[in-house]
Amino acid sequence: MAEPIKMKAKLKNGITTVKAIIRHPMERGGTKSNEEGETETIAPKFIQTISVEHNGNAIASADWSAGISENPFYALKLNGAKKGDKVKLTWKDNDGDSMSQEVEIK
Amino acid sequence: MNIPRRTFLKSFLAGTTLALLSKTALADWAAGLGATSPDAARKAVLGDASVEDSDQISITAPEVAENGRKVPIEVSVDRGITNVESITVIAEKNPKPLIAQFNVQNNMVEPYFKTQIKIAETSDVVVIVKADGKLYKATKSVEVTSGGC
Repeated sequence: MAEPIKMKAKLKNGITTVKAIIRHPMERGGTKSNEEGETETIAPKFIQTISVEHNGNAIASADWSAGISENPFYALKLNGAKKGDKVKLTWKDNDGDSMSQEVEIK
Repeated sequence: MNIPRRTFLKSFLAGTTLALLSKTALADWAAGLGATSPDAARKAVLGDASVEDSDQISITAPEVAENGRKVPIEVSVDRGITNVESITVIAEKNPKPLIAQFNVQNNMVEPYFKTQIKIAETSDVVVIVKADGKLYKATKSVEVTSGGC
């Protein structure tokens, strides 16, 4: 099961900074040898899209590859948002898993 | 019979156009993911247009990264480039160079992001900004002591 996104959004001097820590293996896939020297195949599993909503409206997105680190930090900035507005982040991976988190701007 | 048929055709065509559009966008990203050279990655997601060097793109990343599996990178675009549509990150010497693309869909979104990326070996990280249909780039060299791919 996918783990929840840790997220906060803070307004300061007119700019809202949204910070998130996303728990995901971001596995590129490939082969590796195990302890017995056998070759194991690892399936790729990585977040492919991130979408960002402000009060229910899509405002930004990101396309990702397995070149993003495991359990990555992610931040973006908004102008003109207000305290109490809602910001939602959703990720979807290449394997069909997804996770969303919504927070209020503080 | 004419009206329902027209309505059906309209909605059918609208649906098909939408499906085609989103399919094109996805296909571009998927093609970029498979690309094994930085040029192929750029062309897959941004097309053939020429890319102009710009001092209006700031890239903050360590000059020396001990752990190539987790290299922090912060990108922002200064006021000299307006109407930013997307910001693309490419790690030149990664086996799969295409890292990520940030897409701005509303002008309340600042042309900025910060995240962590994998860099296989010492190389340039290239950031390409699309704004008003034009492409601008900046590069930052990152020395990697322990590779991340």
